[in-house]
Amino acid sequence: MSKVRSHILVCGGTGCVASQSEDIIKNLEKEIAKIGYQDEVKVVKTGCFGFCGQGPIVKIQPDNVIYVMVKPEDTEEIVAEHIVKGRKVERLLYDEPVLQQKVEMHHDMPFYKKQYRIALRNCGLINPEDINEYIAFQGYQALGNALTEMTPQETTQIIKDSGLRGRGGGGFPTGLKWELASKSVSDKKYVVCNADEGDPGAFMDRSILEGDPHSVIEAMAVCGYCIGADEGLVYIRAEYPLAIHRLEIALAQAREMGLLGKNIFGTDFSFDIKLKLGAGAFVCGEETALIHSMEGMRGEPTKKPPYPAVEGFNKKPTNVNNVETYANIAPILLKGAEWFSSIGTENSKGTKVFALAGKINNVGLVEVPMGITLREIIYDIGGGIRDGKAFKAVQTGGPSGGVITVADLDTPIDYDNLKAIGSMMGSGGMIVMDEDNCMVNISKFYLDFTKDESCGKCTPCRVGTKRMLEILERITEGEGHPGDIEKLQQLGAAIKDTALCGLGQTAPNPVLSTIHFFREEYEEHINEKYCRTGECKALTKYEIIADKCVGCTACARVCPVGAISGKVKEAHLIDQATCISCGACYDKCRFEAIRRP
Amino acid sequence: MAIKSLDELKKIREASLKKVNLRETGEAVGEIPEILVGMATCGIAAGARETFAALLEAIEAEGLEVRLVQVGCLGYCHSEPTVQVNVPGSEPVIYGNVDAAMAKEIVKKHLKDGEMLQDNVLINTFAKA
Ligand SMILES: Cc1cc2nc3c(=O)[nH]c(=O)nc-3n(C[C@H](O)[C@H](O)[C@H](O)COP(=O)(O)O)c2cc1C
Ligand code: SF4
Ligand code: SF4
Ligand code: SF4
Ligand code: FES
Ligand code: FES
Repeated sequence: MSKVRSHILVCGGTGCVASQSEDIIKNLEKEIAKIGYQDEVKVVKTGCFGFCGQGPIVKIQPDNVIYVMVKPEDTEEIVAEHIVKGRKVERLLYDEPVLQQKVEMHHDMPFYKKQYRIALRNCGLINPEDINEYIAFQGYQALGNALTEMTPQETTQIIKDSGLRGRGGGGFPTGLKWELASKSVSDKKYVVCNADEGDPGAFMDRSILEGDPHSVIEAMAVCGYCIGADEGLVYIRAEYPLAIHRLEIALAQAREMGLLGKNIFGTDFSFDIKLKLGAGAFVCGEETALIHSMEGMRGEPTKKPPYPAVEGFNKKPTNVNNVETYANIAPILLKGAEWFSSIGTENSKGTKVFALAGKINNVGLVEVPMGITLREIIYDIGGGIRDGKAFKAVQTGGPSGGVITVADLDTPIDYDNLKAIGSMMGSGGMIVMDEDNCMVNISKFYLDFTKDESCGKCTPCRVGTKRMLEILERITEGEGHPGDIEKLQQLGAAIKDTALCGLGQTAPNPVLSTIHFFREEYEEHINEKYCRTGECKALTKYEIIADKCVGCTACARVCPVGAISGKVKEAHLIDQATCISCGACYDKCRFEAIRRP
Repeated sequence: MAIKSLDELKKIREASLKKVNLRETGEAVGEIPEILVGMATCGIAAGARETFAALLEAIEAEGLEVRLVQVGCLGYCHSEPTVQVNVPGSEPVIYGNVDAAMAKEIVKKHLKDGEMLQDNVLINTFAKA
C-alpha cells in the first residue's frame, strides 16, 4: 500500500526547464531523502502550468500551494518549512503587484487567463486535413448529442442562454437569430456561413477555416437542425485558396463518415454544405449583398426588412452567421450555456479573436475574453509598441470603425463600450498605431478604401464618400482651408443617416472618430500646413524652434543647399523654398531645436 | 466508414485519441515523436513549405521514425514559420522562425540528441477550452 501523503509537482515545461527546474527536482529529492521522507513525499515532474513568466513553478499537493520563481537553493527551505513543519514559505508565494495580495490557488492567478481559446481551440493543434483528429478532440460530439438527445428548441435555447453574439460585426444575438429563422414557415431553408472577411488587416476567419474547418461545418449542421434547414452554403472569397482547399477536403471526409448527408447519426436529419466563391468585394460581406451574389446577381445590398431569416437566399428563410460565430457553437453545447456566459462582460459573453497588426511587437492572432482592456492586449500579450515608440491609437472595426486612444487604454473591451467611444467591435482587425502615424492620413486611407468598395447603388455613399475623400486629399496636400473640418463632419453625418447599407452608414466613422480625438492634428494640417509625423509628404518641412535654438550655427554649416540663415547666438531660420528636406540639420542639432516633419 | 450513432463516434474518438494526446500532455505510451508545422497562409508565406521539406529530408537522412503533421495557425505570426516538437514523455516545445537550416538543426539536436534549441523556443501564452 502506498504511504504517499504529499506530492511536490515541479514544472517540467519548456520555460521552467530553461530556468533550472531539473536542478530543483534533484535538490528536492536529495533534501527529502536526507530527512527520510522519501516514501511519504513524491517529487513529480509535470507539464507547463501556464505561468511560464513566473517560473520555475513548484506546487505542493494536496495543500494546493504554489511557489513561483523558485531557485535550486530554495529547496532546503521548502522542505524544512513546508514539508516538515507545515508552514508556508511566504516569500516564494505569488505576489500580485496590483492587488498586493498573495494568492495561492492555481486558478486565481490573474494573468493565467489573458488568452483563452474557444473559437481557436484546435488551430495549430490538429491536422485540419484529418477528420479523425478533430473527432479526437470531441469533434461532432455536440452535433451527435443535439440530434439524438435534444430537440431543436432545446438546442437553440442553450445558444440563447449562452449570450453568444455575432462575431461578424453587428453583434446580433445568435440564439435569437436562429429562433427567428426557425419560426419562419417554409418548405426550404438555408444555413449560410459568411466567410467574406473584407476588413483589410483581418484574417481571423481565414485562420479558423485553414486550421479547423470541421468546427464550422459541425456548427452549420447544428444550425440546420435548429432552424429546419437541410442545405448549407459557405460564401468564401476566391482569394482564400488554402481555406477553400481545406474546406473541400473536410466536407468530403465528413460526407464519407456520414456526418453530412442523409440520416446523420441514424436520425431523420439530413444536411449537406456547398461552397460559393465570391470575388472579394467588401460590400459582399453585407448579408443581403452576399445573398444576391450567391444567387448570381450583382452584389448589391437591398433594404431590410425583409430580414434573411424571413426571406433570404432564393427568397427562402436563411440564417447568416460569421465563421467565428459558428466556431463557438460546439464548445457551448458541450460545456453548457453557463460556462460560456461566465466568461466576458454583462452584455458581451465569451471571447473575441483579434488580428493584431501594425506597430506592435507580437503581430498575430489572439483570442481574449471580452472585457479585457486594450492595455492588456497591447502590452501584456502584444509585447508593446515596436522600437519602444509611444502608443498613439488603435483602429478597431476596420473601415467601419474608429480609433481607441490612450484615454481608453483601460476601458474594458466589449460591444457596448466600443460603440460608446465611437468605434465598434467589427470583425476583429486591430491596427496599432504609434507616434509616427498621421491620423489624417489614416482616415484618408480608410475612406479611399470605402470609396472604392462602394457599390454605387445609393447617392450619399457613392458621391458622399468621394467628396469627403477629396477634402481629405486637399488637407494632406497642404491645400486645406478653414471650415474643412466642419464640412467633413456635416457630410459624414448626412451619409450616416441616409446611406442604404452598413457600408455607407459606417464609412464616415474613421474620419469622424479621428476628428473627435485628434482635432488638433487636422487643424495643424489646415492652418499651419504642417504634419507632425511626416507621413503627409507634401507637408513635410524642417523647422527651427526659435525658443530652443542657441545659435550655434552647426546646422547652417551642414546644410548642403545653404537654406539656413542666422547670426551666431541668435535663432536661426530655414528658408522653406530652398530646403530640400534632407534632414542633415536635424541630425546635427544637439539642442533639439529642429522640428522634424 | 459511416458513423451512425454516438457509440460509433466514441469508438473513433478513442482510437484517435492516443495519437493526439501527446500534443496536450506529452503523455503517450509507445508512441513515436511528432513534429507539427504551422501551415496556414501566413506560415506558408513565411516559408513553412521549405521548412516542411527540410524536416522531411532531415528525418529521412537521420533514419528516424517521426510523424510529420501540418496544422493551422497558432497565432504567432510574428515568428512564423512555427514548429512544435512533441516527444513522448515530455512537454511539447514550440519553435519560432524555423527556416530550412534550423529545421535540420531541430531534427539533429532535439530529436536525435534530445537537446532543446533554447534560443528559438516560443512560450505558450494561452489556455484552451
Ligand atoms: C459593408 C459590410 C461588410 C461586412 N462584411 C462582413 C464580413 O466580411 N464577414 C462577416 O461575417 N460579416 C460581415 N458583415 C456583417 C454581415 O452583414 C452580417 O451581419 C453577419 O455576417 C452576420 O453574422 P453574425 O451575426 O454571426 O455576425 C458586413 C456588413 C457590412 C455592412
Ligand atoms: S451605402 Fe454604399 S455600398 Fe451600401 S448600397 Fe449604398 S452605395 Fe452601395
Ligand atoms: S544647430 Fe540647432 S541650436 Fe544650433 S543654430 Fe541650428 S537649430 Fe540652432
Ligand atoms: S533639411 Fe537639409 S536642406 Fe533643409 S535646411 Fe536642413 S540641411 Fe538644409
Ligand atoms: S514552463 Fe513552467 S509554467 Fe510554463
Ligand atoms: S497563420 Fe500562423 S501564426 Fe498566423
